Amino acid sequence: MTQPAPKLEWRGVTKRFGGEAVLDRLDLSIEAGRSVVIIGGSGQGKSVTLKLALGLMRPDSGQVLLDGKPLPGFAGGAQRRLFARAGVLFQGAALFDSLTVWENVAFRLINADGVPRARARIRALAALDQVHLPATVADLYPSELSGGMQKRAALARAVVADPEVLFFDEPTTGLDPVTASTINALIVDQVKRLGCTAVSITHDLASARTIADEIAMLHGGRIVWRGRPGDLDKTDNPQVRRFVAGGA
Amino acid sequence: MGALNGGVTAPIRAIGRLASGSLAEVGAVSLFALRGVAAMVIGPWFPGQILRQFAAIGFFSLPVVSLTAVFTGAALALNIYTGGGRFNAEQIMPQIVALGLTRELGPVLAALMLAGRVSATIAAEIGAMRATEQIDAMRTLSTDPFHYLVAPRIVAAMVALPLLTLVADTIGIAGGWLVATLTLDFNPAVYARSTVDFIEAWDVGSGLVKAVVFGFIIALMGCYNGYTASGGARGVGRAATQAMVSAGILIFASDYVLTTLFTDR
Repeated sequence: MTQPAPKLEWRGVTKRFGGEAVLDRLDLSIEAGRSVVIIGGSGQGKSVTLKLALGLMRPDSGQVLLDGKPLPGFAGGAQRRLFARAGVLFQGAALFDSLTVWENVAFRLINADGVPRARARIRALAALDQVHLPATVADLYPSELSGGMQKRAALARAVVADPEVLFFDEPTTGLDPVTASTINALIVDQVKRLGCTAVSITHDLASARTIADEIAMLHGGRIVWRGRPGDLDKTDNPQVRRFVAGGA
Repeated sequence: MGALNGGVTAPIRAIGRLASGSLAEVGAVSLFALRGVAAMVIGPWFPGQILRQFAAIGFFSLPVVSLTAVFTGAALALNIYTGGGRFNAEQIMPQIVALGLTRELGPVLAALMLAGRVSATIAAEIGAMRATEQIDAMRTLSTDPFHYLVAPRIVAAMVALPLLTLVADTIGIAGGWLVATLTLDFNPAVYARSTVDFIEAWDVGSGLVKAVVFGFIIALMGCYNGYTASGGARGVGRAATQAMVSAGILIFASDYVLTTLFTDR
C-alpha cells in the first residue's frame, strides 16, 4: 500500500543570506489535515521557511512541493493559482490601511475572484462573525481596531475563501495572554472547520501547544526534533530542552 | 609596497564600485519600469484604483500648481518686459510669455510640484506597505501589486499631469496678462489677441507630450523607491526623499532631451 504524498514538503532546501546558510538542506513534510507548528529561536530561519512555502522567496537549492508537485515559479498566473489555495495570517496582521475592515476581508474575493461587492460583503461579514467580530466593525478602518481585533480580522481574511493550506506567522506575537489565548482558540476552530493543513511558526510555546498536532524544532537550519506537543517536556533533545527552559 | 598599491588603487576601486552600483540601479529601475508598463498593458485592470489615484494625484494638486503658475507667469512677464526694454521690444512680451509657459515652464513647473507632492507620497505609502508586509499579503491574496499598486499610479499620473499642465499654461498666461494690464499699461484685448494669434498647436502639444513623460517618471520613481524600501520607518523616509530627488533630476534631464527633439533646426 503506497503512502499518500505529503500535502506540503520542504525537500533538501537551502537558503543563504550573505553567504551564511539560514536553512541548510531542510527536510520537512506535512500530511494533509495536520497542524504543524515550527518552533525555534530568533534568527533560526522560521520566517524564511514560511516565505519559501508561500513562494515569496526562492530557495538556493532544493524544492518546496505542494501535493507532490514543485511550487510554480514567480510568474503571475501560476503563483495566483497557488495563492488561491492558501490563506496567510501575517505577524503584524498586514491589513491594508486604506481599506475598511470588510474590504480587507473581501479583498481576494473582489480583486482576484471577481465576486460582486455586495456578495463579497455578505461573505466578509460571515467570516468576521466566525472570528467573533461584530458587524459593527466592518466599516471601520484597521487603525481603529485594537491589536487583537486586527489579528481576528486578518484571520477572517485568511479563511474567507476556504483555503486548503493555512499559514500562521507568529500569530500571538505582541498580544496579551488573554487575547493570545482567544486567537489560539480561533485558529484551532478555523483549522478544524475547514479541515485544512496548517503550518505555523512561533516562539510562543503556549500557542504551539494549543494549536499543534505536531511540533517541529528548527535549529541550525534543520529540523532537529519533531513530536507531539505532549512529548515536548519528555524529550532528551538538548536544543528542545533549552528552548522549553527558556534558554534557546 | 602592497599598502602603497592599495593606496594608489583605492580611488579607482571606489570609482569602479560606484559605477557598477549605478549601473545596477539603472538596470533595476528599467526592469521595474518594464514590469509596470506590462501591468498597464496586460490586465487585470483596477479602474477604481485608477480613479482614486487620479483624484489624489491630479485633483488635489490643482491648488499648488495653479498658485505656482500664476506667480511664475507674472514674474516671467516682468522679466521679459525688462529684457525686451533693452531692445525696445517690450511689445513682444505676450508672445514670449505664452511660448515660455506652454513649451517649457507649464509642464516643468507642474511636474516639479508633483514630484515634490506626489512622488514622495507614493514612495511613503508603498514603502510603509512594504515595511508592514502589506505587499506580501497582497500577493498571497492572489493580487499582483504591480497591477493593483503600480500600474494605476502610473496611468493616473500620465493622464493627470497633461491636464494640470493645461491649467498651468492657462493660469500662467493669465498671470502675465494681469501684470501687463494692471502695472505695465498693456491693452487687455490686444495682449489677449497677441497671445492667441501667436500660439501654435504644437507649442501646447509639445508641452503636453513632455507632461506625459514627466508623469510617467514621477509615478515610476515613487513606486520604485517605495517598493524597494527597506529598514523600517527610516527606510520609508529615505525612499520618499530619493523618489523626490530622482524624479526631479530625471524631469530636467528628459526635458532637455525632449526639447532637443522638438526644436526645429
